[in-house]
Amino acid sequence: MLFLQTLVTGLSVGGIYALMAVGYSLVFSVLSFSNFAHGAVIMLGAYIGLGLAAKLNLGLGLVLSGSIAGAGIIAVLNERLAYRALRQRRAPSLYLMISAMGCSVFLENMVYATIGSRFYSFPKLFDHQVVEIAGSALSLLDLAAFGVSLISIYALHIFIMKTRMGIAIRAGVDDLTMCSLMGVNTNRLISVVFFLAGAFAGIAGIFLGIKYLVYPTMGWVTNKAYIAAVIGGLGSLPGALIGGLILGVLETFVSVYVSSIMRDVFSFTLLIILLIWLPNGLLGHEAEEKV
Amino acid sequence: MSAYIISICMLAGINMVAVIGLSIFTGFTGLFSLGHAAFVGIGAYISGVLTYHEYTDFYTALIAGMAGASVASLIIGIPTLRAKLRSDYFAIAILGFGEALRVILENLDITNGARGLPGIEEKTTPGVLLFSIAAALFTARSFLKSKYGSACIAAREDSIAAEMSGINLFRTRLLSLAISAAFCGLSGGLLAHYLSFIQPVMFTLVQSTQLLAAVIAGGMGSLSGPMIASFIFIALPEALRVAQMWRLAAYGLLLVLIMVYRPQGLMGYRELTDIFKIFKSKEGKK
Repeated sequence: MLFLQTLVTGLSVGGIYALMAVGYSLVFSVLSFSNFAHGAVIMLGAYIGLGLAAKLNLGLGLVLSGSIAGAGIIAVLNERLAYRALRQRRAPSLYLMISAMGCSVFLENMVYATIGSRFYSFPKLFDHQVVEIAGSALSLLDLAAFGVSLISIYALHIFIMKTRMGIAIRAGVDDLTMCSLMGVNTNRLISVVFFLAGAFAGIAGIFLGIKYLVYPTMGWVTNKAYIAAVIGGLGSLPGALIGGLILGVLETFVSVYVSSIMRDVFSFTLLIILLIWLPNGLLGHEAEEKV
Repeated sequence: MSAYIISICMLAGINMVAVIGLSIFTGFTGLFSLGHAAFVGIGAYISGVLTYHEYTDFYTALIAGMAGASVASLIIGIPTLRAKLRSDYFAIAILGFGEALRVILENLDITNGARGLPGIEEKTTPGVLLFSIAAALFTARSFLKSKYGSACIAAREDSIAAEMSGINLFRTRLLSLAISAAFCGLSGGLLAHYLSFIQPVMFTLVQSTQLLAAVIAGGMGSLSGPMIASFIFIALPEALRVAQMWRLAAYGLLLVLIMVYRPQGLMGYRELTDIFKIFKSKEGKK
């Protein structure tokens, strides 16, 4: 049953893509720029998790919460130091994007310079068992990654739909200026958005680190998450989930049935085609550049 | 020691050709490219492969590299510029193009894959390099002084107003992309025949960011600003023997600081010659 196995692997990869894509989409929906520093935050989240697991021997729950908190704080600081001044000057979104690129290059190379370029693997946090379902071997890690991403994205959805802060965020997505006129503290709102994006980066970092390895340029996988966010429609949370799953499954099928070399060429070609013919993605809103 | 200084200047000069290329596009149309290292790579590989297998001589290979980079820029430029993507979508589309190209280069037999192509003849002399820089500058200046150059600047300042006054945005932007890619290709050809070794990892997003950093730091809309910046970026860390990672970390920090404190860059819209003019007029008043 190669087909079922490929499908589950694809869904688990897609789940991780979705976790990363959510972070992109959250920031994009409020500030409408592509936060290229997100990959670096994911990488730092993975290093924090690795430190907690390897040095302090903590369990999966504590490792996850430590990484969520750490990556969240890093994302908030990132916004304070590198984006806030630009935002308040109403600089074009492209300037924010360049600043984000700068952050990503800076953080990655600081890790190179201080921690080193070694590849680390996570200590065993839970049994890497393989279960048999319908005659095909499925890894427990893949199932866990898929489950955790579904649950956490659903929790985020509830937060945004039901809480006061969530309502403020949705208002901010619609019109940030109007939102601040209504008495919402927009600086705090944006900090919350970045904290949430960072928290998801932390979860994604842990699963990426367990599934593959931890190294300074691991954040480059976020190029894929970006493609996922574009497929679903930038700025849309359900879109990020659907886009991530679609991309994960498509990629895994391409690498199993066509060739693993063509996988990345396929994804990037898909990105260009989508940006040209379907720039708003499956569920995105109209994203014209405003005059 | 002097050989060492010459080698630093050669590398900085080769980088300068690519930076002039990128500033023709990014500096004067205002569209950002995160994939120009791919054009450098195409130029390097086409010319490198041509002389490596002794298909052509050095100069023909350089020109073939320029032409190849230009054609590649049309392949990505025609659909994306015609669709009038948001400027950040455009930057990402060209990033995707660059990454896809790198994966292809890593898996082709003729390019020797990810191991790289060693033993290309060392043909880039200081004379050839100086001539290339002069040619790039001359072309860039003539392009900017031409009808198309003014159209580019108008489109950068306000694309809608420019379009309403009859400028064909697509054609203007595409022409400037093709010229800019050609010079990046030339820079790649010079690099391949200077280092005599090329590898796909030499032409990734990191290099695209370095090129873009030089253009932004030097000042978008200036030619001399980015040239000075590219020279400082290559020569200074090389002379101080700073390790590559600290250098890159500094580039990153510099990009953020420029965006936060001086988004117009070192020179803004000015050229070196403008500054001389200011000095002269002050002297004249005395």
